[in-house]
Amino acid sequence: MADPVVAVVGAGPAGVRAAAALVAAGVRPVVIDEAMRAGGQIYRRQPEGFLRSYTDLYGSEAERARAVHDCFDALRDRLDYRPQTLAWTISDRRIFTSGPAGQHVLPFDALILCTGATDRIMPVRGWHWAGCYSLGGAQIALKAQACAIGRRTVFMGAGPLLYLVAAQYAKAGAHVAAVLDTSPVSASLAALPRLLAQPATLRVGMGLLRDLRRAGVPVHRGVTPMEIHGEPDHGVSGVSVRTSHGAILAIDCDAVAMGHHLRPETQLAELAGCAFAFDRMIGQWLPVRDADGRSSQPGVYLAGDGARILGAVAAEAAGELAALTTLDDRGHRVCETARQDAKRTIARARRFAEGLARAFPWPREQISRLDNATILCRCEAITVGDLRRSIAETETDEANRAKAFSRVGMGRCQGRYCGLAAAELISAAVGTPVEAVGRLRAAAPVKPIVIASGGRCER
Amino acid sequence: MTAPASSDVIIIGGGIMGCSAAFFLRRRGLSVTLLESDLVGRQASGTNFGNVRRQGRPLYQLALANRAIAIWREIGMLLDCDVEYRQLGHMRVCYRTRPELAAAMEQYASDARHSDLDLEILSGNTLRARFPFLGKEVLAASFSPFCGHANPRLVSPAFARAAQRLGAVVHERCAVAETSKAGDDFLVVAADARQFRAPVLLISAGAWGDRFASAFGEPLPLSSRGPNMCVTEPLPYVLRPSIGVVTPNTEESVYIRQVERGNLVMGGSFYNPSYPDRFRVDVRPENSLSLWRQIQRLIPAVSRVGIIRTWSGIEGYLPDSAPVMGPSRTTSGLYYAFGFAGAGFQLGPGVGDAMAELIATGRTNIDLTPYRADRFGAA
Repeated sequence: MADPVVAVVGAGPAGVRAAAALVAAGVRPVVIDEAMRAGGQIYRRQPEGFLRSYTDLYGSEAERARAVHDCFDALRDRLDYRPQTLAWTISDRRIFTSGPAGQHVLPFDALILCTGATDRIMPVRGWHWAGCYSLGGAQIALKAQACAIGRRTVFMGAGPLLYLVAAQYAKAGAHVAAVLDTSPVSASLAALPRLLAQPATLRVGMGLLRDLRRAGVPVHRGVTPMEIHGEPDHGVSGVSVRTSHGAILAIDCDAVAMGHHLRPETQLAELAGCAFAFDRMIGQWLPVRDADGRSSQPGVYLAGDGARILGAVAAEAAGELAALTTLDDRGHRVCETARQDAKRTIARARRFAEGLARAFPWPREQISRLDNATILCRCEAITVGDLRRSIAETETDEANRAKAFSRVGMGRCQGRYCGLAAAELISAAVGTPVEAVGRLRAAAPVKPIVIASGGRCER
Repeated sequence: MTAPASSDVIIIGGGIMGCSAAFFLRRRGLSVTLLESDLVGRQASGTNFGNVRRQGRPLYQLALANRAIAIWREIGMLLDCDVEYRQLGHMRVCYRTRPELAAAMEQYASDARHSDLDLEILSGNTLRARFPFLGKEVLAASFSPFCGHANPRLVSPAFARAAQRLGAVVHERCAVAETSKAGDDFLVVAADARQFRAPVLLISAGAWGDRFASAFGEPLPLSSRGPNMCVTEPLPYVLRPSIGVVTPNTEESVYIRQVERGNLVMGGSFYNPSYPDRFRVDVRPENSLSLWRQIQRLIPAVSRVGIIRTWSGIEGYLPDSAPVMGPSRTTSGLYYAFGFAGAGFQLGPGVGDAMAELIATGRTNIDLTPYRADRFGAA
C-alpha cells in the first residue's frame, strides 16, 4: 500500500513548522506554496541574488525569520516541495493545483491548511487612485523587490502592520509622510492588560513607535479618514483626515498604504467543507477549529493566520500543533509536552489578539459615513451608492444576493478585499447585525487561473 | 390559529417559470401567492448560462419559444428593469470531425423556415470573415440573428418584483411542508406552519417539482443535474453573439458568451452531481478543466485568459428532456411547469404567459400535448 499523503498548503511560519513536525515523525509531506521561496508573507524572502541582511529585511524579527528559513532549508530533501503552485480548489479529498508543470490532482489522507492572511480594508473615498496599496502590498514591494510604493508615503488605518510597515519604510530610507491611525489612544490603554500577554511583542510595538518618532514621522491617533486625493493621470496626490480634535489635516503624498489589521484566507477551508462560525470580537467568519487544530472535516487541520489572526509566533506553534494532532490521529506517538507548549503559546497569543482587537478596532461605523461616490469594490468599480441603491431597490439583506444584483465582490479578487466592507454596508443599510448578512460563498478557483493551465485538446 | 391566507392562485417555486407566471396572472387580474423555499431565482433560474436561444429546439417547441422571444424583446419596459437582454444573435457551430452535423443544421434551418428564426448557414470564408476568432476545427455554423442572451441573476427577481408591484404576494424563505386538496381548494402548509388556500395550484418547483406532483398521485421520473459554469476576468467587449458547439458528445458540448462588462461566461462539457434534497451541487474541478480544454477548440484566443469563478446549479430533467407543462391529469385546479432540462431560461417568460392564459381562460394556443404529465405511462 502506498504511504498516506499528508499535504501542507502554505509555507509561511505555520506551514514550515507543520512540515518540520511531520518530517521529524518520519512522514514525507507534500508542501504546496504559491511563493517562489518559503517564508510566507511575514518572512518573505528576497529573490535570489538580492543581498540585504536579515536585520535589514526583518528588523527585530530577524532571528525568527532566519530560524524559519533555516528550518525549511534543512527539510528540503525530506519533502515533496511544490513552490509557485496554487492550490485552487479542494474536492472529494483531492487538492487541485496549478503550477509550473501545469495542473495536478493530489488525493490526500490528511491536509493541514496554513493559508495565511491578507489585509482587512475599510474603503475610503479615493482609495481607487493609482498609488494606493494595502499595507501588506506595500510591505511586499519593500521586502521582495526593495522598492517603496512612492516617494512620499502616508500609512493609514489601524493595527500592528500599520506601524511595522511604516517603520520598515522609514528605516529603509523611504520618506514616510505620516502615520494616520484610526484607533484612539484610549483604546490602546484599555487593551493594555491583554497586550501584556505577549510582553516581548508589545515591546517590539513600542519600539516601532519610538523609531518612527525618532525618524521625525508625524503619528496621529484617533483620526477619521476623509479622502485620498488624486487624479486619473497622476494617481494619489494627498490625504485628508479629521483629527481627534476635529481639525482637518491635509497631507501631500504620492502613495498611500492602508489597512485595518488582517483577515484570514479561508476559501480553501470552505471548499474543503469546513464549518464556519462568526466571531463577534473581530467581526469575521472563521473556520471552526478545536483546541488541537482540527477543523470540522475529518483529516483537515487548520493552522496560522489562515484560521485566525494570532501572528507569526502563534502561527509557528499552531503549525506544529496541527502536525502533531495529524500524527496522533493517524496513530503516531507524539510528544505531549510539545503539544502543551504549543497550546500555551497559542493561548497567550489569543489573549494578545483580544488586546489588539480592542487597541485597533475595526472602524465599522465609518461605513455609514462613506459618500455614495466612494468606490466599494475596486475590481468591478462598484460604488457605495451603487450598492445602497441596489439594496433599496431589491430589498436585499444577504451578502451573496447583494453580489448577484450589484456585482460587488464579483471581480478578480472575488470579494476577498471588499467583502467585509460590503457586509458592513448591507448591515448598516438594512439594520441587521453583520453576522445576519452572511458571507460571500467561496468558489473555485481561489485566485484566477489561466484557461490553458489545464492543457489543450491534442488534435 | 389564524385563517389561511387565500388567493386565486398559489405558485410553489419562485424560479423564472413561477415568477413570470405570477407576473402574467396579475396582469390578467388574478390574485397570486408565490411561495419560494429560498430566494427567488436562486436555483437553476439564476445559475444558468443566460442563453436566449431558439434554434436547436424541437420544432414543436418553437411556438412556445417564439411566444417567449416576443416578451424578451420588450422585457426591460415590461419589468422596468434592465435584465441585460441583448439581441446580438446566437450561433451553433459544428466541427470538421462531424460533417454530418453541418447537413443537419442545414436541414433544421429548412424545417424551421416558417418559424421566424431567419437562420443563416455559414461556412468557409464567409464564416471566417465574420467570426475570425473561431478555431480551425470549426466547419460550419448556423447563425440566428434575432436571439441573444441575458443576465439570469437578474431576470427572475425582476419578474417577482414586477409581480409584487402589481399586487402579487411573494413569500421567500418559505419552504412548503404539505399540500392537500379539500373540497374546491388547495391547502398549502409551510414548514413554519403558515397556511395558504387557493382553488388553483401551480407547481413550478424545478428539480423539486416531482415531490409535489407525486403528492397528487402523479409520480414523474425527474432527475437532476448541475450545469458546469465559469466566468473569466473582464476583457475588451468583442464577442457579441452567444456561441455553442453542436455535438452528440457531452464532453465537447460547450458554449460561451461575453457580457458588456467584458467577462466571458462559459459552460458545458460534463455535468456536475447535484443533490436536491440537500439543496447542494458540487462543481467537480475535473469538469472545469474539461470545459477549459474544450473551449480552446472553439475560440483558441481565450487560452491566456484567467478564470475567476466556477459555479453550478440544480436543474430538473425528464427522460425525454421536455418539461411537464399544463394541467394535472389527476387533480382539477392543479397545474405544472417544471423539468425544463437546462433549456428553460429562454422559454421562461413564454411559459409564465401561457400558464397564466391557461389558468385564467382554460385554454392556450400552445399545444401542450408533448408536455403532458402522463406521457411516461401510468403511475
